[in-house]
Amino acid sequence: MTSAGAPERSGTTRGGGTLYRGDLGMWSWVAHRITGVLTFFFLFTHVLDTALVRVSPNAYDAVIETYKNPVVNLFEVGLVGAVLYHALNGIRVMLVDFWEKGAKYQRVMLWTVLAVWVLVMIPGFYFMMERTISDLLGGH
Amino acid sequence: MSLALDKPRSPRRPAARRSNGELYSWLFMRLSGLLLVVLVLGHLFIMNILDGGVHKINFGFVAGRWASPFWQFWDLAMLWLAQIHGGNGVRTVINDYARKDSTRFWLKMLLYVSMVLIISLGTFVIFTFDPNISN
Repeated sequence: MTSAGAPERSGTTRGGGTLYRGDLGMWSWVAHRITGVLTFFFLFTHVLDTALVRVSPNAYDAVIETYKNPVVNLFEVGLVGAVLYHALNGIRVMLVDFWEKGAKYQRVMLWTVLAVWVLVMIPGFYFMMERTISDLLGGH
Repeated sequence: MSLALDKPRSPRRPAARRSNGELYSWLFMRLSGLLLVVLVLGHLFIMNILDGGVHKINFGFVAGRWASPFWQFWDLAMLWLAQIHGGNGVRTVINDYARKDSTRFWLKMLLYVSMVLIISLGTFVIFTFDPNISN
């Protein structure tokens, strides 16, 4: 991850704790932006498709039917993963801003965010994909 | 590091900022974010796991949920907060990356129009939903 032109990492990073560019904190911010923008675009589509309930039950059911396949199911897992990261890292950002020791523990909190994310996504992936996987394996 | 002040002894210094808008925006992101953690993660957990995911969803499912004022209010609050929170986030992204003033202006107009459209449409649908609408 060290790019050309980035400041030297040894000594300055861990000791002073002032290096931002190219360090872990920057990547957490990049991921926060990307997951946020993706979720916002999804929300646009999601409100439009749900608005079809005001058109007719058939129109709504026809569109929802196109979502019932393994590819969209994977996208759903991706969406949950994106939103979950954004939520957990958002809590970390609030703690950095409002908790007196937040800045000191920001790195520990980022690893905690990632650990909680993995711990939630493993059963989350299982329960969300359960039906798709059993269908794919021929269990109709 | 030395701090350089332009005309430090002049009687009036230009105001650092004209309004507190960006402060309120910053604060709103944190307050709405806190509420959205509960509203959105709750919504995702119920829809994708507790209620069996997209395979269970059809018109009747939506009618069943919106029969309850609690879920109507939940969805309404989520719609407004998520649109304003997300729209404000995208506004920041546009401000950061648009290089020309005209690009920045038009991207933000597009954003604001989409926000008004989605908030109005969603609110309209929640308030006028009719479970007995004809096919």
